[in-house]
Amino acid sequence: MANGTENAGKTVYIIDGSRTPQLKAKNKPGPFIAGDLAVAAGRPLLARQPFEPGDFDEVILGCMMPGPDEANIARVAALRLGCGKHVPAWTVQRNCASGMQALDCAAHDIAAGRANLVLAGGVESMSHAPVLLNNDMVGWLGEWSAARNFGAKLAALSKLRPAYFAPIIGLLRGLTDPVVGLSMGQTAENIAHRFNISREQMDAFALESHRRLAKAQDEGLLNEIETLYDTRGNAYEHDDGLRRDGDLAKLAKLKPVFDRHFGNVTAANSAQITDGAALLILASEEAVDKYQLPVLGRIIDSQWAGLEPAQMGLGPAHAMAPIMRRRGLTIGDIDYWEINEAFAAQVLACLAAWKDADYCRSELGLAGALGEIDHARLNIDGGGVSLGHPVGASGARIVLHLLNVLKRTNTRRGMASLCIGGGQGGAMLVESGRE
Amino acid sequence: MTESTYKNWRIERDSDAVVWLHLDKAGSATNVLSSDVLEELNAILDPFISEEPRGLIILSGKPNGFIAGADINEFVPLKEPAEALALIRRGQKACDKIAALKCPTVALIHGFCLGGGMELALACRYRIADDDARTRLGLPEIKLGIHPGFGGTVRLPPLVGAPAAMDLMLTGRAIDTRAAKKMGLIDYAVPTRHLKRAAHGVVMNPPPPHRPKGWLALTNNSLVRPLLARTMRAKVAEKAPAAHYPAPYALIDLWQKYADDPARMMQEEAASVARFVLGDTAHNLVRVFFLQERLKSLGKKELIAPRHVHVIGGGVMGGDIAIWCALQGMRVTVQDRKHETLAKVIKRAYALYKKRLKQPRLIQAALDRLIPDDKGVGVSHADVVIEAIFEDITAKQNLYREIEPKLKPGALLATNTSSIPLEVLSEALADPSRLVGLHFFNPVAQMQLVEIVSSPITDPEVARKAAAFTRHIDRLPLPVKSSPGFLVNRVLMPYLLEAVTMEWEGVPATVIDKAALDFGMPMGPIRLADTVGLDICLSVAEILSQRLNVDVPPRLRELVSAGRLGVKSGQGFYTYHGDKPQMPRLKPGYVPPSDVAERLILRFLNEAAACLREGVVADADLLDAGVIFGTGFAPFRGGPINYVHESGVETQRKKLQALEEHYGKRFVADAEWAEL
Repeated sequence: MANGTENAGKTVYIIDGSRTPQLKAKNKPGPFIAGDLAVAAGRPLLARQPFEPGDFDEVILGCMMPGPDEANIARVAALRLGCGKHVPAWTVQRNCASGMQALDCAAHDIAAGRANLVLAGGVESMSHAPVLLNNDMVGWLGEWSAARNFGAKLAALSKLRPAYFAPIIGLLRGLTDPVVGLSMGQTAENIAHRFNISREQMDAFALESHRRLAKAQDEGLLNEIETLYDTRGNAYEHDDGLRRDGDLAKLAKLKPVFDRHFGNVTAANSAQITDGAALLILASEEAVDKYQLPVLGRIIDSQWAGLEPAQMGLGPAHAMAPIMRRRGLTIGDIDYWEINEAFAAQVLACLAAWKDADYCRSELGLAGALGEIDHARLNIDGGGVSLGHPVGASGARIVLHLLNVLKRTNTRRGMASLCIGGGQGGAMLVESGRE
Repeated sequence: MTESTYKNWRIERDSDAVVWLHLDKAGSATNVLSSDVLEELNAILDPFISEEPRGLIILSGKPNGFIAGADINEFVPLKEPAEALALIRRGQKACDKIAALKCPTVALIHGFCLGGGMELALACRYRIADDDARTRLGLPEIKLGIHPGFGGTVRLPPLVGAPAAMDLMLTGRAIDTRAAKKMGLIDYAVPTRHLKRAAHGVVMNPPPPHRPKGWLALTNNSLVRPLLARTMRAKVAEKAPAAHYPAPYALIDLWQKYADDPARMMQEEAASVARFVLGDTAHNLVRVFFLQERLKSLGKKELIAPRHVHVIGGGVMGGDIAIWCALQGMRVTVQDRKHETLAKVIKRAYALYKKRLKQPRLIQAALDRLIPDDKGVGVSHADVVIEAIFEDITAKQNLYREIEPKLKPGALLATNTSSIPLEVLSEALADPSRLVGLHFFNPVAQMQLVEIVSSPITDPEVARKAAAFTRHIDRLPLPVKSSPGFLVNRVLMPYLLEAVTMEWEGVPATVIDKAALDFGMPMGPIRLADTVGLDICLSVAEILSQRLNVDVPPRLRELVSAGRLGVKSGQGFYTYHGDKPQMPRLKPGYVPPSDVAERLILRFLNEAAACLREGVVADADLLDAGVIFGTGFAPFRGGPINYVHESGVETQRKKLQALEEHYGKRFVADAEWAEL
């Protein structure tokens, strides 16, 4: 039901990381395919290291929907980054937590002594999600190409129906649970209902997310961002989903998008569809010493949890709890939290679940309620609602940002977690500094 | 399998009685069709006339390519028309023997296949080429002031149609396998692994030979030719005036007159080439070819293995240098604090890569190698660091102080400065001997020359490495002394300023520019000033005027302070729409002064003489080479010093004296004239 990684082996260090600005999808393919984003995040990161790109033992990337020319996108990115033919690379997929999965895999290999230096992270170009032909069309095309003469072509043509042209939008399918048949937004509606989370609470949370991001941008706190450059002479320096002009009244006017008419989850209190990449460098003690690497922090523990797919948004509550129990931690022991904002409702539901003694007992197997996570210590520089959720990348982004927050505030312990479509949660406990 | 060997050729006869003829020119890394190679080939082919093999496959034993062309060294000593004609007829004869064989004949091509080598391949019935990126095919004879002479003009138009054939011969450009296949110049483009199988297969099952299809088949028709010829002449005239470059026009005439009679055309082709080979244009263009070889030899690639280049400053020069180095396969970090500047660099890079590389995969790879670096982190990885920030002594010195401790041991540190003495800049360095100048010209992608600038304290080994680096990025190094303007800007400046002065005196800009074009310059001086930017001209002129015999005309200051900076501001001497100038009409009845060209050219020549005297470059040939590749100085004149010699030292000196009497001391002959 759940599997956790107490890093019993060697210490896993995170030494550095970069990400791209996250670019909101604008109803057409954006300027960058996934590979471009991974390369853009990775090049400046590698350029400032004392070692060469070819010194990595492996490259691991999380990605949910790589482009058609990007099968095993980690290998594509590794080669494009100049890691050379001898550095193996592999791609992992755990939906919304693919980026965190990549870090977990890298941590495993380092802890087990199989690797000393790993480039890991996540990437997603949601605006480039595939649009597919339906099966009727594929069948018809087969017939068409088999028709060898004019008569046969004509006969095939007569069988073509307008309905065959209806495309399958890969992104919508990807964000719909195939087992329970609910869109991700509908699962958020589910848990909002369960924990009685109001539209006003969701909108207020969304507004606060934008406010925090605006402040972080203004104060230059997002220094893990590397500017993106397209081939038309544009530079992209910031997450462009930020709205500085929102207010509660405006948000209240928006129509719900998933449960039409009577739902509460709107585009504004959900994560934005975005393109982005985040890459981190993980190292063993041996590599840290060999290359004299500065240490950003360590991965202490991680946890994956499964739950009812229709309640997938509660995944973080399920994944973080075993780490807390295993490590004997109370909420006050964690300095900062990053819980990916897939939906405002879903983060609020996670907080509510931990305060709910019944839920903690029956669903999390705890003796009582865990307590309340202080919103002032959670997603302090904004989250998916304001800066977007490029699904494959977010898991890596929140770990990287959390470490930067710990460094900035000179604090020690942080917890990063995401909910995962299909009914899972993932969590990672990190600590700042070398020891 | 039987084999027999000549000095340059190896004959191999396989079990199917197919003859494989390997060319492996003795004592040379490159195959050229020298006299001995052709004589042996003629001897080898003779027995085939009576006893034909199953097929004949001609291939190269050299790794670098098929055949680079005729042996240019054999052109130099030619004096008599009969000699030249004999040399050409010998090549034609060998090609004719191949073409006359009834068995299938195949040229199996890898690497370069140029000039006479291409013509030999054209004499074969089939051409199969390696689809490797290094394969290049073409007929560059026109660049040497001649045209194809081993039957190329006769065989190419019927093979691929006149438009493509004439374009290839008139431009002299080399094309890759994709373009060659599309054109029909080759029959098959195959991977290296299948080359021999393909050649053997074609001999055993010969397909119908290639012929142009559709309307292209009609382009050699005698009714169509006059029409097409007229368009071709007009197109050539844009680039190469007939007075200076007669060969392209002769080539068009040849085709127009004789395309219906191949035997006659063959004779006329030979006669025409024989005539041009002995002419001044070819003589000087061959000289330019050898000057280019000499510049190449000044950079010994093995002295440096540059993998990572760091360019500081993403402006026009810095950005374009970075873009060029990444195109040449290096990893490049380009440092600039401004994101908008870096964004423009990537945009320009994409435009260039798209034009040069065409294939999306290659474009992406080149863009991946070009890394925008707003924090300057690339400097510590770089094998070569090129500083190209604005011309300010303090800013440059502060930068050097900051980066010197971060440099990799042995990394090359170069500046692209055009006006600040290196010895001043290097004061900021703990090791001042490591600073060298790499002075590129704008636009970097087109200007082949790079001045390698040494100050008295520059370590000569560092300068040699800098020259070696330019060979890694396919540019031509010219070692120069660190003196104001180095060579190229220095010889250009008096010439430009004289043009500005004349314009101020009331000579229309178009008249001045036309005089220079008529002399053979690639662009008139007024337009050149507008293109470079009048502000830049002014600052270079001011720097030079402090130390040299140059006065800055008030007109230049006037335009700059009025914000008329040239092409970039839309207005300079001319008014621009995009980068096209509006050419004002001359007043009816205007008679230009008779000495426009002389005033321009003699100031140029006089400054060149001064550079020679001061030892800005090592010798007169390097001066000519630098000026031709750095300024585009009329190549058919073989360089300024060569021109002085050919037109007569005394004649030019007298002209200079006359100008001095009329216009004053800026025309005082440099002391070097006595030594010329």
